[in-house]
Amino acid sequence: MEDIAVKQYTFKDFQSDQEVRWCPGCDDYVILRSMLKALPEMEVKKEDVVFISGIGCSSRFPYYVDSYGMHGIHGRAAPIATGVKLANPDLSVWVATGDGDAMAIGGNHFIHVLRRNVNLNIILFNNEIYGLTKGQFSPTSLLGQKTKSSPYGNTQPPFQPGELAIGASARFFARIGGNTPKEMTKLFVQAEKFKGTSLIEILQNCVIFNDGCYTKYTDKKVKDDQQLHVEHGEPMIFGKEKNKGLVLDGLSLKVVTIGEEGVKKEDILIHDAKCKNDVMHHMLTKLNYPLVTGIIRSVEEPTLEEREAELTEQVKSNSNFSKVDDLFFSGETYEVK
Amino acid sequence: MTLDKTKTTAKKKVEHVNAVVIRFVGDSGDGMQLTGTQFTDTSAMFGNDVATFPNYPSEIRAPQGSLYGVSGFQVHIGSVEISTPGDDLDLLVAMNPAGLKTNLQAVKAGHTIIVDTDSFTKKNLQKAEYESNPLEDGSLENYRVIEVAMTSLTKESLKDLGLDNKSIVRSKNMFALGMVYWMYGRDMKHTLEFFKKKFKFKPIIAEANSKVIKAGYFFAETLELIPNSYEIAPSTMPKGTYRIVNGNTATAWGFLAAAEKSGLELYLGSYPITPATDILHELVKHKHFGVKAFQAEDEIAGITSTIGAAFAGDLAITTTSGPGLALKGEAIGLAIMTELPIVVVNVQRGGPSTGLPTRTEQSDLLQAMYGRNGESPVIVIAASSPANCFDYAFEASKLALEHMTPVILLTDGYIANGSEPWKIKSIKDMPEIKTMVITADSEGCGPFDRDNDTLARNWAKPGTPGLEHRIGGLEKNEFTGNVSHDPLNHEAMTNIRAEKVKRVENYISDLTPEYAEEGDLLVVGWGGTYGSLHSAVRELNKSGYKVGHAHFHYINPMPKNTADVFSRFKKIIVCELNKGQLSFVLKGRFNQYDFLQYNKVQGLPFSVIDLKAKFKTLLKED
Repeated sequence: MEDIAVKQYTFKDFQSDQEVRWCPGCDDYVILRSMLKALPEMEVKKEDVVFISGIGCSSRFPYYVDSYGMHGIHGRAAPIATGVKLANPDLSVWVATGDGDAMAIGGNHFIHVLRRNVNLNIILFNNEIYGLTKGQFSPTSLLGQKTKSSPYGNTQPPFQPGELAIGASARFFARIGGNTPKEMTKLFVQAEKFKGTSLIEILQNCVIFNDGCYTKYTDKKVKDDQQLHVEHGEPMIFGKEKNKGLVLDGLSLKVVTIGEEGVKKEDILIHDAKCKNDVMHHMLTKLNYPLVTGIIRSVEEPTLEEREAELTEQVKSNSNFSKVDDLFFSGETYEVK
Repeated sequence: MTLDKTKTTAKKKVEHVNAVVIRFVGDSGDGMQLTGTQFTDTSAMFGNDVATFPNYPSEIRAPQGSLYGVSGFQVHIGSVEISTPGDDLDLLVAMNPAGLKTNLQAVKAGHTIIVDTDSFTKKNLQKAEYESNPLEDGSLENYRVIEVAMTSLTKESLKDLGLDNKSIVRSKNMFALGMVYWMYGRDMKHTLEFFKKKFKFKPIIAEANSKVIKAGYFFAETLELIPNSYEIAPSTMPKGTYRIVNGNTATAWGFLAAAEKSGLELYLGSYPITPATDILHELVKHKHFGVKAFQAEDEIAGITSTIGAAFAGDLAITTTSGPGLALKGEAIGLAIMTELPIVVVNVQRGGPSTGLPTRTEQSDLLQAMYGRNGESPVIVIAASSPANCFDYAFEASKLALEHMTPVILLTDGYIANGSEPWKIKSIKDMPEIKTMVITADSEGCGPFDRDNDTLARNWAKPGTPGLEHRIGGLEKNEFTGNVSHDPLNHEAMTNIRAEKVKRVENYISDLTPEYAEEGDLLVVGWGGTYGSLHSAVRELNKSGYKVGHAHFHYINPMPKNTADVFSRFKKIIVCELNKGQLSFVLKGRFNQYDFLQYNKVQGLPFSVIDLKAKFKTLLKED
């Protein structure tokens, strides 16, 4: 028999036979297509791929990927996925979740999965609104935003997902626009390769309830001037003319123009995604101008499964018990004759 | 009578007794649980049948000397069959006034109380809300009080060891234990060996404890205050190898056995909650068997990670107590809908809300049966003694795996913390577990195909080529497994899920009434009240009454012969530590019978004396 580690898959191998039922024009289609393109590039077997979701528009995702999957209950995708991964660490486990699912009802699980560093990938579809329940504000909706449940304006200040995640010890955080399939595909492959919990925030436009919420960053006309796509080891430069960049000004980041006021290209900060100290990564997630996309943080540390496996091996090698009978008949037993 | 301290007894008598009930009480930091456990183990090894009941406050170290900080450990030992930790006390050992005050009412008139007189200080008496010293005011006239200055005697016996005062005083419980060992003719050997092991790295503490227990033993031997000692002959239990287990340990071990028998790895997703936490404590120790015990961030993560692990192919369980079961409700529905085999253990405690965390109750039965949205039947079974928690944990796993649906296993604080001898079962004596796992090789059977007899669906684990599929909380098409909102399909699927649980009745044992196949009165119970009901019914039959005892271990579904059993008795009384939850279920299912009720919600087990009185009244009514 020929020994093939991983079959060469195509887009179609991962496409399920289910009719996709998101609203026409939704960025979710872009995310799905990018994923179906990325999966064959990941060197994982189709049967080892598992998609887990909670509830919401994004959580329909597992039905559309022909692999193993579970559509769970609201907010609980992260612990379901953790159970899958602990039961079988060889699987490639993905969580599809939204801003409501992950950060409101599932907020507790969201921070703990990141803290534990379970080796799985979380795709956060952030559309700053509740879509499936038809348009209430979410934990990422803007202050003052008028929604079905805030007709006079939202009074609850939002979370910045990256800031929350890095605060919860996220080792891998990336952000990407919902209309950039090529970059997204590449990012999914990078996330799979990263050992540990990878979190990808996708700026996903909801055409029905929050249309245009990211236009000022993602519209093709303004994108280059408004977004800074960071690459590890590269200077943080953006703009159509590639002449804008970030420098430190005291304890804040400042946008400068190369060639103006004596600023040279060498003055621009180099992005270090692998820096353990997360202060710069925090600042990058908080910037509004430019909005930072790409892999902001990528710091490998032992995963939960690795720590568990190591400990288990250690305990096994020091134990006299291999079968439960060894335990049951050990210690303080006595005979009744 | 109080003991006349001036009289001397020349020679001590040995009195033969069948059974005694002893309770050790003191501050929650006084080591009463350890004292009681040592006495239990020693007695069991001597050959007595034993049953224990620890009773402790929910505060870890409640303020010293306070009434609510009293910790107690009761043990019932005998040369006869022992089914409960006993009602009234033959001996109370009270390490302080608060312990005496809160436990005195349980001591049989004329029986013995041992007190540490050193603790009866003005301050401690005040804390125990005594207006005068009970040792002096004649209020203990009806008991045989043995007054011992245990703290001073402990200090005296350790004065040359160079220990600090705190460590010295902490070993005074061993002085009491030494005295009780002498009174009941017990050998100190087991406890002396226990010290050596426990304090392997602190030999001075081992030495101190050994010295103090011996001091107590020899003090009792020479003391004129103790007129006699007692002999309790070994009991006639079936031959075999035994050990003392509490219900939580037995539960944990039942799952270990089920994992090995089924060839699966064991996964536990759990969040700490009293009194279920000891199952987690036990299972985390067993990484050598490959147990994956995950302490989650909350109850919901506990069960949902369990569902994830079940999807991935482990024998997956979650453990909790009342309020935790409430939090897990939605997820149990997901396990029903996805048809995944999980076991949910609920160690019941007093409720509602936080209720009485360290006290026992049976008030989660209806929650287990019905506490979910939608038509969501689950298998509900209950263990009835500390030792048979092993069997029912195994059985819960077997039913979940063979029927592909969640099982709720109910135990309670009383049997979870209580202990008794367990005739050890070897894995080879346990029944086979046949899982529904399918691999790519099995032709023509997919993840949504069912067993014709059980209606259990197949279990295709992620990682199996060719069987990729999606499951979820949305209703699925009966044949394809795809999401379906079709009205008739929903009804068909609802019926399948119900029928699947109902058909479990074909795989469980009959309801077998004890003591009488038919008669005047049938005593019905379920779960942890078995021992008390069994004792009461046994004693009534000895006195010539025709009373049967039917005890439910399978509550959903119920044994097929249930109605037949009911039909053979003139009266039926359902006894529960709640306001009538099994009665409610029975009245709905078997409305051709009248169900009388006997209920208690005090956070305490039934008293055998009270049960007998109640049953006698009913028998006389005709």
